[in-house]
Amino acid sequence: MTLETVGFWVVAVVLLASSLAVVLTPNLFHAVLYLAAALVATAVIFLLLEQPFLFAVQLLLYAGGVVTIVVFAIMLTERLVGERIRQTSRHLVNGAIVAAAVFAGVAGFLMQSPLATPRPGPGDDATVAIGRALVGPFAVTLELLAVLLVTALLGALYFARGEE
Amino acid sequence: MIGLPSYLVLAALVFSIGLFGVLTRRNAVGILLGIELMLNAVNINLVAFARFHGDLLGLIFTLFTISITVAEVAVGLAIVIAIFRVRRTVEADRLDLLRG
Repeated sequence: MTLETVGFWVVAVVLLASSLAVVLTPNLFHAVLYLAAALVATAVIFLLLEQPFLFAVQLLLYAGGVVTIVVFAIMLTERLVGERIRQTSRHLVNGAIVAAAVFAGVAGFLMQSPLATPRPGPGDDATVAIGRALVGPFAVTLELLAVLLVTALLGALYFARGEE
Repeated sequence: MIGLPSYLVLAALVFSIGLFGVLTRRNAVGILLGIELMLNAVNINLVAFARFHGDLLGLIFTLFTISITVAEVAVGLAIVIAIFRVRRTVEADRLDLLRG
């Protein structure tokens, strides 16, 4: 048992437990906090895969940004309605059957595929290569992404604006 | 040594859990949280494939999907708040204005 193996299993258990809590807890606010835990666990998985840059991006954008936005939305809607929003579920059995079927399909496909790829040794720092690619072959995509973010910002402002 | 299939199975499990949430939640915000889990699982797949095949493209694609997801959440929650102002509910079952 190397350190990586132990780390992977610990993170996998945390990730699966917090994911289950996200979809099962009746309190919506708690669900968001569990989602934050799941996102941080995913970031640690990126770290296990030796991608420190993506680890930082995941923490900053997902665990930082997304969770903050969702918490804001819940606080706004709860305050508007003046009562706690209960988070109920329906069709639990049907949903479980569909989800299990999808997992069985993916797992069956994984069984058939020759995936025994040996892990290549740690190469150069991927952060440098990512940076070069982003301003090189992917420069146009990066600019389009910037346009998309501005558009989303304007769209969110437009939708959520108050009554004039 | 943890191999590629372990990461893929983990991602498939998280994806299925997210799908379960999307199918069973009544609250629009809860559905959005399930979608977040599913997108997150896909990112694990992308990074794992990129790492084990020594290919940079997966990492760059992950960066792009993370950014797009953030934009999607912002717009989605703005729509939820706007719907809430008009209908006073965020229960997806009761948002059926477009039903024929």
